[in-house]
Amino acid sequence: MTDTLTPVLSADWGNDRAWTLKAYEQTGGYAALKTALTMAPDDVITLVKDSGLRGRGGAGFPTGMKWSFIPQDNPKPKYLVVNADESEPGTCKDIPLMLATPHTLIEGVIIAAHAIRAKTAFIYVRGEVLHVVRRLRAAAREAAEAGYLGENILGSGVDLELIIHAGAGAYICGEETALLDSLEGRRGQPRLRPPFPALEGLYASPTVVNNVESIASVPSIVKNGVEWFGSMGTEKSKGYTLYSLSGHVKRPGQYEAPLGITLRQLLDLGGGMREGSQLKFWTPGGSSTPILTAEHLDIPLDYEAVGAAGSMLGTKALQVFDQTTSVVRCVLRWTEFYKHESCGKCTPCREGTWWLVQTLQRLDAGEGKSGDIELLLDLCENIVGRAFCALGDGAASPITSAIQYFRKEFEAGMHTPSSWAFPPEASTLFAQEVKA
Amino acid sequence: MTLEATPETQTPVELITLTIDDVEVSVPKGTLVIRAAELVGTEIPRFCDHPLLEPVGACRQCLVDITDAGNGRGFPKPQASCTIEVAAGMVVKTQVTSPIAEKAQRGNMEFLLINHPLDCPVCDKGGECPLQNQSMTHGQGETRFTETKRTFPKPIQVSEQVLLDRERCVLCARCTRFSEQIAGDPFIELIERGSQQQVGIYEQEPFHSYFSGNTIQICPVGALTSADYRFRARPFDLVSTPSIAEHDSCGSAIRVDHRRGKVMRRLAGDDPEVNEEWITDKDRFAFTSATQADRLTTPLVRNAAGKLEPTSWPYALAAAAKGLAAAAGKVGVLTGGRLTVEDAYAYSKFARTVLRTNDIDFRARAHSDEEASFLASHVAVTGPVVTHAGLEKASTVVLVGFEPEDEAGAVFLRLRKASRKGVKVISIASHTTRGLTKMSGELVRTVPGNEPAALAELELDANAVILVGERLASVRGGYTAALAAAKKSGASLAWIPRRAGDRGSVEVGCLPTLLPGGRPLDVAEARADLAAAWGVRAIPSKKGRDTSGILDSATAGTLKALVVAGVEVADLPDPAAARAALDAVGFLVSLEVRESEVSTRADVVLPIAPMVEKPGSFVNWEGRMRAFGAVLHEPNSLTDIRVLAGIAEELGAPLGFRTVDQARAEMTEVGPWDGDRPVMTPVEHGKKVATRGTVALDTWPQLVDDGRGQDGQELFRATARPAVLRASAHTLGAFDIDPGTFATVSTEAGSVTLPAEVADLPDGVVWAPANSGGTALHATLGAGFGDRVTVAPGKAPRRARGKK
Repeated sequence: MTDTLTPVLSADWGNDRAWTLKAYEQTGGYAALKTALTMAPDDVITLVKDSGLRGRGGAGFPTGMKWSFIPQDNPKPKYLVVNADESEPGTCKDIPLMLATPHTLIEGVIIAAHAIRAKTAFIYVRGEVLHVVRRLRAAAREAAEAGYLGENILGSGVDLELIIHAGAGAYICGEETALLDSLEGRRGQPRLRPPFPALEGLYASPTVVNNVESIASVPSIVKNGVEWFGSMGTEKSKGYTLYSLSGHVKRPGQYEAPLGITLRQLLDLGGGMREGSQLKFWTPGGSSTPILTAEHLDIPLDYEAVGAAGSMLGTKALQVFDQTTSVVRCVLRWTEFYKHESCGKCTPCREGTWWLVQTLQRLDAGEGKSGDIELLLDLCENIVGRAFCALGDGAASPITSAIQYFRKEFEAGMHTPSSWAFPPEASTLFAQEVKA
Repeated sequence: MTLEATPETQTPVELITLTIDDVEVSVPKGTLVIRAAELVGTEIPRFCDHPLLEPVGACRQCLVDITDAGNGRGFPKPQASCTIEVAAGMVVKTQVTSPIAEKAQRGNMEFLLINHPLDCPVCDKGGECPLQNQSMTHGQGETRFTETKRTFPKPIQVSEQVLLDRERCVLCARCTRFSEQIAGDPFIELIERGSQQQVGIYEQEPFHSYFSGNTIQICPVGALTSADYRFRARPFDLVSTPSIAEHDSCGSAIRVDHRRGKVMRRLAGDDPEVNEEWITDKDRFAFTSATQADRLTTPLVRNAAGKLEPTSWPYALAAAAKGLAAAAGKVGVLTGGRLTVEDAYAYSKFARTVLRTNDIDFRARAHSDEEASFLASHVAVTGPVVTHAGLEKASTVVLVGFEPEDEAGAVFLRLRKASRKGVKVISIASHTTRGLTKMSGELVRTVPGNEPAALAELELDANAVILVGERLASVRGGYTAALAAAKKSGASLAWIPRRAGDRGSVEVGCLPTLLPGGRPLDVAEARADLAAAWGVRAIPSKKGRDTSGILDSATAGTLKALVVAGVEVADLPDPAAARAALDAVGFLVSLEVRESEVSTRADVVLPIAPMVEKPGSFVNWEGRMRAFGAVLHEPNSLTDIRVLAGIAEELGAPLGFRTVDQARAEMTEVGPWDGDRPVMTPVEHGKKVATRGTVALDTWPQLVDDGRGQDGQELFRATARPAVLRASAHTLGAFDIDPGTFATVSTEAGSVTLPAEVADLPDGVVWAPANSGGTALHATLGAGFGDRVTVAPGKAPRRARGKK
């Protein structure tokens, strides 16, 4: 380990039975809550605002500012909703966090709910991860029994009911308004905005929707202060965050480091590329962020620099691919995912992904026609910014970026199947054993 | 005779000025960009957008480039113009001036078409299809998509009447939004996701909506089709005629499409003041009554052998005249509620000037003197006071003896719209109906007959509206109490009858105490005024008999002859007595479209033109003239006016007109009475005597039922709500009836058996539909609204219609 790592959220993941209340309290858990409950709600908001914490779910919107949008003169109840519907290909930070130390999230939920004066909070968990749902429910039960949840929390007069809600297996429900529809018992489809959730969210009441990691970061800020948080990261992207390294690296996993670390540094921490692997391309933040290549190894992984490089920091899900990977096949798999997960509400995303998949299948099979690359680019242009929500943009960006950097591979799709040029087994872990 | 609507006083609206396609335009605040663009002459293509539905922004066809949102900054991406409201200083560039918007629209159109079948040559919508039209104007001729299209097994039965071809659907959600936002009927929804997203139904609960046909009409492609019309015609072969719906008193605007002498379909017209763009399924689908096998085609005269025999028109008219002349001074006229106002006027004048009698009544259902007095004093020639659109501005709308969803569909939709905006709906009725639930209405639970007491307790403000139905005529003191409630609060009051011709019949005096133009019979000046206008010496001054009086007198022999227009015997207050009267009367003239219980008993049957074959007007419940032209031109088809004129001429007392236009012109010339309005004679509230072991009957006809006007449309009829008997759990228990089993309702006249269902009625009351599921309640029991009946456990009846 080098000094570059700053384990905060993941600091206790290795502890014995870290998910229990007992273990959490032994390492100082719920101390931040006690501090926060002595603070006025607006002071908590100001604290989080001053810390510079930005949403960790992908868009990077300042968390404190989002909280301050909640109109406190609105007579309707306020709601806090935690978006734990983590399902983007490559993204795998919230689920380990909730599995290892669910109380970090619950403590954050209580502080955030206190700040926005919500008496009901929801954690909307991806339905497929049943073990996480169970662990969260057990943690919520423990917290309630210990008086951290329910009425008059720790004698502060603050009430909070926490509901752990399991989704039904739709990627679109990670989109905040679709999530709210789903939580209300409807089919998850994005809503028209305005009205924004801060004014009319869940049950048409003021609602904050935050990512798991954003909320889980709040206790550490309350505990250690704004300066401590700001000592990490860059000027506009402050603090630490979880980077999820996966793919052709020696030690894939969660690396908690200050914002602004580079992929080169992270690869070093992860033991470098696999034996015999050279970096071919990578995603900075899951499959919906445009891919980058080896030339981008040294760009700081913060919101601004990745944006300047033509991609997005997204969820910091760094999927690393080596020279054995067919870009066309990889992009096809992602596009198949988006086609499957498109909610169907708007035309460009629903029909566009249907068409993109069929065109990519042709190129993947080596049966591409001349003009297919231009067709793909044109279809993407007709989807990006035309779809109802960001899912359509996410579906198109891997394609346009892949063509930008690896056009030749797409051209090869006119005559050579990707499985000839890039035998799938060559990318596997056991490939070298097979060869040996 | 009826006043036309005067434009409501315009409240000043805040105008917003923006620039669209380099043209500056000012529009009311809140206008959507897509509609503002129409004002500068730019039609932005669209599918999901519909002016009467809430914006959804799903189809993405209407993308425009907004280079300045009004704050100096533009949107980075094209925006859906159907979801964005105008802002001051906004700069919008549509496909006309922006290559970005043009490409976005063209690209989207291409997406919509990749999975759309190329079956336009056989599709119902082909030729009038927004997708077809807009792909011609805003799409590209050739497709780049050569891959596999999405297909579905076809079609799905959304209901018996509405079929769905899913592969044609562009998922605009107009149908599902209509069902949710306008009609309030659930169970049609978008299901599944992504490319598998489709319109679906909940199999356990059928999509039985009274307004389902509107989804077919607003479908921007041929995905939703009518089971009757499917594959029957092409739009470009049809001739369209604007018309007015005849199934209720709303006067809904419709469009009738015919091909080679046959009506193929009917669509909703567009009249923002009346029915907006919606009609009931009855107005849409029930148009084949007049083309049934029993349509009368030639005049018939009963011969010496007592058989009805086809004759020529001159012979039949002479025979009618001869019979009426023989009964001179002793002839009654029953006109029913289905006549156009011009036809009704002819009957009214025929009675007064040719037959010299006031024995004329249009009310072929329960009626009272109190009602006649109410109609004369507060309804006749009052012009639009309460209007469809005005209901949206009321504070509270009270319904008495009136179930809008079943009896006046356009009123129901307007009230539901109003209730969604915060207008409170209160129903004085026996139970919470599905319609009342959909209007989020409040029930004032009332035993039939007790409406006056409920009305007396209402606390209303001057902005409230009371809507009374014709069932109140069965309640002694009902109209008196409604008037008192209106007077106490300053609320407005409107009478909403069931039939299209009812209000017009009031206007032209088809009543024993009222002359045309609201002239009271008992005022000598009014009679003299009318006599002068008609150029006759005098108008008979003797008060006429009402429907029951006319029938009783026919039985007793005091009336020797009857002239009967479109009246169903089963509708009359006492059908058995009515049959006896028709049998007993010496001479019976029937003017009818189809063979009926009257025509088979008549001595002279004169076939008259059905609505599609003649022009005319209805006066709707608002008092609004709703004129329509003939759809089909059949030279052999004569109007009531022409037939009555013929008889009158035979009798040597010409009517003075022979055509609809002439009648309308004379009506206008005669004009309304400008003297004092008659004063309502108040009537004390009187309850019917409750005998031990009986219950009060609540009943009305459901919208889709066994009525003859719906004959020939069995698929439509299959969407009827099942006939059930409703009562409180306590009432059912008191008579040992288990909910879900059958109950028998009886009077001395007969009995009817229906499945029993628990509802929130007061104890001692049962509700049953008047004419549904093969059980003609009124005709069988001889009992109607508020009458006493007995109930008992019943056995499942044999399948009444022998159909499976």
